[in-house]
Amino acid sequence: MSILVDRNTRIITQGITGSAGLFHSQKCREYARDECGRKEDVLVGGVTPGKGGTEVDGFPVFDSVCEAVDKAGANTAMIFVPPPFAADAIMEAADAGIELIVAITEGIPVLDMAKVARFLEDYPETRLVGPNCPGVITPGVAKIGIMPGYIHSPGSVGLISKSGTLTYEAAWQLGNVGLGQSTAVGIGGDPIIGTKFIELLDLFEADPGTEAILMIGEIGGDAEIKAAEHIRDHITKPVAAFIAGKTAPPGKRMGHAGAIISGGKGTAAEKVEALEAAGVEVAESPADMGAALKRALESN
Amino acid sequence: MKIHEYQAKQLFAKAGVPIPRGVVAKTSDDAAKAYGELGTKVCVVKSQIHAGGRGKGRFKEHPEQPGVVLVKSPDEARQHAERMLGSTLVTIQTGDEGKQVNTLYVEQGLDIARELYLAVILDREVGKPVVIASAEGGMAIEELAAEHPEKIIREHYDPALGLQPFQARKIAYALGLDAAAVKSAGTFLPKVCRFFVDNDCSMAEINPLVVTGAGDLLALDAKVTFDDNALFRHKDFAELRDLNEEEPTEVQAQDAGLSYVKLDGNIGCLVNGAGLAMSTMDLIKLHGGEPANFLDVGGGANVKQVTEAFRIILADQNVKAVLVNIFGGIMKCDTIVEALLGAYDNIGITVPLVVRLEGTNVEKARQMLADSGKAIITATDLTDAAKKVVATL
Repeated sequence: MSILVDRNTRIITQGITGSAGLFHSQKCREYARDECGRKEDVLVGGVTPGKGGTEVDGFPVFDSVCEAVDKAGANTAMIFVPPPFAADAIMEAADAGIELIVAITEGIPVLDMAKVARFLEDYPETRLVGPNCPGVITPGVAKIGIMPGYIHSPGSVGLISKSGTLTYEAAWQLGNVGLGQSTAVGIGGDPIIGTKFIELLDLFEADPGTEAILMIGEIGGDAEIKAAEHIRDHITKPVAAFIAGKTAPPGKRMGHAGAIISGGKGTAAEKVEALEAAGVEVAESPADMGAALKRALESN
Repeated sequence: MKIHEYQAKQLFAKAGVPIPRGVVAKTSDDAAKAYGELGTKVCVVKSQIHAGGRGKGRFKEHPEQPGVVLVKSPDEARQHAERMLGSTLVTIQTGDEGKQVNTLYVEQGLDIARELYLAVILDREVGKPVVIASAEGGMAIEELAAEHPEKIIREHYDPALGLQPFQARKIAYALGLDAAAVKSAGTFLPKVCRFFVDNDCSMAEINPLVVTGAGDLLALDAKVTFDDNALFRHKDFAELRDLNEEEPTEVQAQDAGLSYVKLDGNIGCLVNGAGLAMSTMDLIKLHGGEPANFLDVGGGANVKQVTEAFRIILADQNVKAVLVNIFGGIMKCDTIVEALLGAYDNIGITVPLVVRLEGTNVEKARQMLADSGKAIITATDLTDAAKKVVATL
C-alpha cells in the first residue's frame, strides 16, 4: 500500500518539450517499466501549449491539460514549466480535474503561489505537492519527480521531507538499515507550498502499508512545531525526525519582521524540543536518520 | 533583494504612498544645499546602508557621530556629512565590521504627533500577505513581539483584492488613531498593501510611520525587500541594486547560479541541495569543526559552475580544508569529480580535500578519483566525511 501514488496513477508532464521536462519524463517511464515491471504506460504524455498533436520521444503532446485528461486519461500532473508560467500551469491542471499535481519548478514568485493557494480552495479534490520539490515516489509502483529511483526500495516507512537531496540521503540510510518506503514525498522548501507535513502524517497514519514515519524538516517557519503537536494528539505510528540547520547563522535569510508571526519560533532547537516532547525519536546528526527510524520502530 | 531607504521612498512616492520631502546627497556640499532646498528649520541627515539601527549606530572613524542626525543649519549639515560620507557605520545589524556610508538622505523636519509601526510581510503558514501594526513605533519589533505580543495588530489580506477599506479602519481604530488620522489611514494602508503586491515585495516595513499634528500619515522610514524569484518581471529594479552592500563572493556565486553564504569557520563546504548543505554544516560542527560557508551547487550544475564554486571557496583565506558532499540525483557525481580534478590544475588546491560521493554515476566518479593520483581523502558516509575533514586541521 501507499499514499498519493498507486497503480491507477496516470501522469502527464506539463512542460514536456523542455529539456528537464523531457529528461525526467523519460526517467519516470523507465522507472515504471524497468524497475517496477509495469507493462502499461504510466507516463501517458505531456502538455505544451501550441505543440499539441506532435510527439516527443514517443510521448503524445497535447495543447491543454483538459485535452490530456480527455484523450489520455491523465489524473496526475508533473510540472516542469518555467517559473514565470508555473502558477498558471498549476491552476490549469486543477481546473482540468487533475487529482494530484506535483510541481517540481524552482523559483516561482511567492505571490504567484499565494494566488494559487487561493485558487485551489475552489478545487478541494485536487492535491498540490510542491513547488520546488523532488516529487513523490511509491517504490516499485511509480515515481513522479526527479529523485534517483534506485535509492528507494519498497517497504513500510512513510518519508516526508522539505529538502530534495536530504530525502535521497534519508532513503539511502533507510536502505542501509534494511528499510524501504511505502511512499516518499518531498513537500518543497518554498514559503508557500501545497501539501504540508500534517496532511501527509494523516495520510500515512491511515495507510495500512505504512508502519512508521520519517519526517525531515529544517529551520524557518513553524510547520514542524505544528506537526509535533499533531503527532502528539493524532498519530499512533512511530515517528522519527531530523531538523536541518542547527548551525545556520540567524538572520541571514529570514528577514527582520519574518520572526514576528510565529512569535519567535523557527530555530532548530525549538523544533527538536517540540518533536521530542511529542514522543518523536529525533536524529541528532543527519547521519543518524535511518538509525533513528529503526530505534523508533524498536521502542514501539 | 534589498534596497536603500531613499530608493524605497522614491518607489513609495510613485505609488502614492505619502513620504516626507527629501534630497539625496552624495557629497557634503549636496547635504548643505539640501538643507536650503528643504526649507524647514530642522532637517534630518540619514546614512543610507542596508541595515537597521542607524540612529543608535556610531561610526568607526568618528565614535561620537550617530548614523542619523538632526541639523539646524547648512553648515551643520555639511559638517556631519563630512564625517559620515566614506566612513564606516556600525549598528546592531551590521556586525562589528560595519558598513561604509556612500550616500546620505536629507529630509525635512516634521511636526510629529505619534510614531507607529507598520509592516507588510508574507505569512507563509496562512499563504497571504499580512499587515503588522503597532502603536509602539520606533521600537524594535522583535522585542515588542517577545515582550508584548498583545500590542501587535495583524490583518491578512487577499493579494488579488487588496486591503479593503473596513480592514484599514479596523487597523486604524486598533491603533487608537483620531478621526483625521483614521481617514488618512483609509488611503495610506491600502496603498502600502497594493505596493507590496505590485512590486513583489517580501517585506515593506515602515518604522516609524508618523502621524503629523494635522492628522496626516507619512512614511518616515522605509525598508523594502523584493522577492528574488519575481525580479524577472521588474527589470527596472536592477538599477536599484547596490553591489557595495553585498558580500563580493556572494555576488560572484549568484552570478554563477550558486547559492553561497560566507561564514566564519575554516572548513569549506561544497554540497548539492540546500537541506544537505545545511546538514553538512551541522555535522561538521557536531564533530568539532567550524564551517567556512554554506554552498549549494544546485540540482543541475555543470562543470563550469562547480569549478566556479571551488574558486569561491578557495578564495576564502580562512579555508584550511574542504569537504565535498554530493548525493547525486540530477547532479551526476562524475561532473563534480571532473570539475574537482580540473580545479587542481586551474585553481591549484593546496588544502586537504575530503570527498564523499553517493548517487548517480558514483562508481564512475570514484574510479576517476582513484585514477587521478591526487591526494584526495575519500569518505564512505556523512559521519566519516565530517570526522576526516576535522582531523586534517
